[in-house]
Amino acid sequence: MALARAAGVRVMEWETVIGLEVHAQLSTHAKIFSGSPTAFGAAPNTQANLVDLGYPGVLPVLNREAVRMAVKFGLATGASIASRSIFARKNYFYPDLPKGYQISQYERPVVEEGTLDILLEDGSRKTIGITRAHLEEDAGKSLHEGLRSFSGIDLNRAGTPLLEIVSEPDLRSAKEAVAYLKKVHTLVRYLEICDGNMQEGSFRCDANVSVRRAGEAKLGTRAELKNINSFRFVEKAINYEVARQIEVLEGGGRVVQETRLYDPDKDETRSMRSKEEANDYRYFPDPDLLPLAIDAAMIADVRRTLPELPDEKAQRFGRDYGLSAYDAGVLTASREIADYYESVVRGLGKDAKAAGEQLTAPKLAANWVMGELSGALNKAGLEIGVSRISSKRLAGMLARIADSTISGKIAKEVFEAMWSEERDADAIIEARGLKQITDSGAIERAVDECLAANPAQLADYRAGKEKLFGFFVGQVMKATGGKANPAQLNELLKRKLK
Amino acid sequence: MSLTRKDVESIAHLARLEITEQEMPAYVGSLSSIIDFVEQLNRAQTADVEPMAHPLAGQTQRLRADEVTERDEHERFQKNAPLVEAALYLVPKVIE
Amino acid sequence: MSLHLHTIAQLAEGLRARRFSSVELARACLARIAAHDKPLNAFLTVMEEEALAAARAADAAIAAGRAGPLTGIPLAHKDIFCTAGTRTTCGSRMLDNFVSPYDATVVERWKAAGTVLIGKTNMDEFAMGSSNETSYYGPVRNPWNRDCVPGGSSGGSAAAVAARLVPAASGTDTGGSIRQPAALVGITGLKPTYGRVSRYGMIAFASSLDQAGVLAQTAEDAALLLGAMAGFDPRDSTSVDEPVPDYVAALARPVRGLRIGLLKEFFDEGLEPRNARLVRDALEVFRRLGAETVEVSLPNLPLSVPTYYVVAPAECSSNLSRYDGVRFGYRAENPRDLLDLYKRSRGEGFGPEVKRRIMTGTYVLSAGYYDAYYLKAQKVRQLISEDFRRAFAQVDVLMGPTSPTPAFRIGAKVDDPITMYLNDIYTIGANLAGLPAISVPCGFVDELPVGLQIIGPFFSEARLLNAAHAFQKETQWHSRVPRGYE
Repeated sequence: MALARAAGVRVMEWETVIGLEVHAQLSTHAKIFSGSPTAFGAAPNTQANLVDLGYPGVLPVLNREAVRMAVKFGLATGASIASRSIFARKNYFYPDLPKGYQISQYERPVVEEGTLDILLEDGSRKTIGITRAHLEEDAGKSLHEGLRSFSGIDLNRAGTPLLEIVSEPDLRSAKEAVAYLKKVHTLVRYLEICDGNMQEGSFRCDANVSVRRAGEAKLGTRAELKNINSFRFVEKAINYEVARQIEVLEGGGRVVQETRLYDPDKDETRSMRSKEEANDYRYFPDPDLLPLAIDAAMIADVRRTLPELPDEKAQRFGRDYGLSAYDAGVLTASREIADYYESVVRGLGKDAKAAGEQLTAPKLAANWVMGELSGALNKAGLEIGVSRISSKRLAGMLARIADSTISGKIAKEVFEAMWSEERDADAIIEARGLKQITDSGAIERAVDECLAANPAQLADYRAGKEKLFGFFVGQVMKATGGKANPAQLNELLKRKLK
Repeated sequence: MSLTRKDVESIAHLARLEITEQEMPAYVGSLSSIIDFVEQLNRAQTADVEPMAHPLAGQTQRLRADEVTERDEHERFQKNAPLVEAALYLVPKVIE
Repeated sequence: MSLHLHTIAQLAEGLRARRFSSVELARACLARIAAHDKPLNAFLTVMEEEALAAARAADAAIAAGRAGPLTGIPLAHKDIFCTAGTRTTCGSRMLDNFVSPYDATVVERWKAAGTVLIGKTNMDEFAMGSSNETSYYGPVRNPWNRDCVPGGSSGGSAAAVAARLVPAASGTDTGGSIRQPAALVGITGLKPTYGRVSRYGMIAFASSLDQAGVLAQTAEDAALLLGAMAGFDPRDSTSVDEPVPDYVAALARPVRGLRIGLLKEFFDEGLEPRNARLVRDALEVFRRLGAETVEVSLPNLPLSVPTYYVVAPAECSSNLSRYDGVRFGYRAENPRDLLDLYKRSRGEGFGPEVKRRIMTGTYVLSAGYYDAYYLKAQKVRQLISEDFRRAFAQVDVLMGPTSPTPAFRIGAKVDDPITMYLNDIYTIGANLAGLPAISVPCGFVDELPVGLQIIGPFFSEARLLNAAHAFQKETQWHSRVPRGYE
């Protein structure tokens, strides 16, 4: 099938061009144009007042915090903040859009021309342009199940503030798109302007995908992909769409400019017939709202509230903790992870060195946070904020690796124990007698016993079967309940086997 | 410049208004004369003129505090609704 | 003198002096409505129970010495203002069953001032019209000649006041809908500066043009009522935070030295010569009082009507999209699908003029036409506003006719929308520029009233009312009551 073919050599002839539009729900208390609450999950229509319902005679008044959040995003992406921006009406009919128009921004958005750097797989950085970010109101929700021949409209969400973030078509692969999306996700959570909850719909992504022959300057016709609500689906949807478009073009056809829905069950994109007809949105400045003025004082005030941004933090981690760009990136993916990690490092003492482990304390901490802890959290479906092992307890355990009380291997057992109970590392090590054996005399005795007990293997080894070294290590470990210090064991064994 | 019947049909569709066969000629006629009438605007020299969206020149949008000020009154509001079930506003099923 | 011939100022004085009670007043209005409204069709909803309850409360306040200048005064609201618990139809089938869950700010404020709401008045559908002939509930008739229109869109309020069914009423003015009916029925009608009065709860037609105002017997009454309705409202982003002066105190200032600009472009071929004569006579009155008159030209003013008929329909086409049969209002029966629900609810719920304007607006905003029509119109609007600004550098107020002719016969102009639109030719400019303007009676032609229009710069309502009051001290036109309604 053509898709398989496309995955091969042919793809080299084609260049993929992707632009992403992110709709981030701003985490204000009240809606953008009314004083209704924005909390997720309320019973239908219990958070929709007359303004949200578009009743006759009602009028919008703008929420200051939504504006500040937009400014925050603009500052964090080095964008220009418009001193005057305009709200415009986007007119179309749909049951979840009560007024028959959405209040959005069109010609003069609040934020323009920002950038965001992403880390590519090969370790290089790429700067992605952000064309604009603008404020608008969210629509309500339609429910189609269980209502016979009807759809039911819930307007709780109508009027929730959105920041629509539009990237330049600078992305050249699905992987780049995912990296960019993750970076935006990280950033809005750092800034505390959006909770990034993709399942609840507070962070949504549409992708504009087109292809063109490598070297061609003109952009190909693009399709807009909607309904991709996870990072994984973004990648799959884009890959499918790219292959589909290539197949169409190679077959002599033309790509139709249309909206396509991604179906995760079938892993394919489908044309959205119902939204097929071109919508003339008839944008015009909303006469119920005046131009939004943002002055230097507000910008300075918002700038003061900016946290250390992800890139800054990652760079600092690289510098201060000697971490690779990749590791620093993982550990700064969210403020919670970064704060947890730094708390562990502080608890360990930055300059502690793990004797025998050849690792600095920060690197030791990095390995464990990115490795065992991350694995445990994922398995339990938990965020780091509710980790069953606090940074303090983890630091306590890592300190025992650093001072050679336990080996890295034994530490895994301690970690598992800590995950399911409240005790800290020392208590567990004590209770289970897990202290590492570092007494060379004791290890030597164990080695001697092992060699004596395995004369055949000893002979084989000395005859040249070097692979048996591992066998002896395993045996001594077994005999010592895994507690022999690995480095010392290796050294002694090497000596004794000669 | 007069509007054709096709023009009026597509405008009526955009505006979600049903215009019957009998009504169509009258609307084509009256809309055409209205559009012809407003063509006079082309007489004005507006090359360097700023469009005026508002009489309140220079005034800017007031910002309100981010506070919840509304409570749930959906039962009262839904008294006006033509068709409601389980607190949802019902419309003929939409297939997406 | 019968109660119904009292002005509000006189009624207030009588209430304070306990010559009559608010309940008596309310009953008098209700009785007159019962006796006279049927042929006029000025009222859509009469609120007998609510009125009497409010009147009783007012009487209690008066007795307790807590009365304000408007306590106990009976009034009507144009049915475009949302009134909580009461039908608010906007003259349309679309809202025939709509009981508003909230009060408009204007309604709240007059209520807070102690007035007594007698009922809701008829109007052109969604305020679109200049003759009150587009109402779903039938035309309103002019009390001076019931074969004639009262003007629109606030025709019901105008007729109700002219026939002295209530002493005053609220109205809205988007292209002249307070001033023109006031002129056609011989009463005083004031449109304030854009942003002076809150639009919250006032069903929107054209958001950058709509303003709430007053229809009353005298400038003095209008001053009282404007004072109670004006002022900043945080619920309306286009509401201006400008202090409200004491309009009543400003009434009696002399007009000596007032510089009056006569609008050259208003004295054109479209103006009925006898109307023109009466307006010039009115200007004589001002000269006798010591005002100076000079001719001024606003060259772009003749483009007002085409400008308006791009901007207003554009805004209304969007404002009326919320009427879709889903959350309130008219819903077509047994819709086949969603599209059918929308098309038939709106097709059946709206009348032809509303549909015409929605379609005009949709067209001028649509892709490919936006620049040529909407953007162009907004630029011409700027030119017109600048014309006014330049004029006000030379003069204090502008004067001219309110309407090109006296009231015309019902049905005379319904066939051609353009002919109907041209009725607003003198009033539209003030809406485009956002300026305050007032119409006062200045004579009769064929026993039909004629109005004089006075336009002022931003927030000059006090001066307009002062000029109108001075004129009304020298003339009697405003005291004339139609035959059969004395």
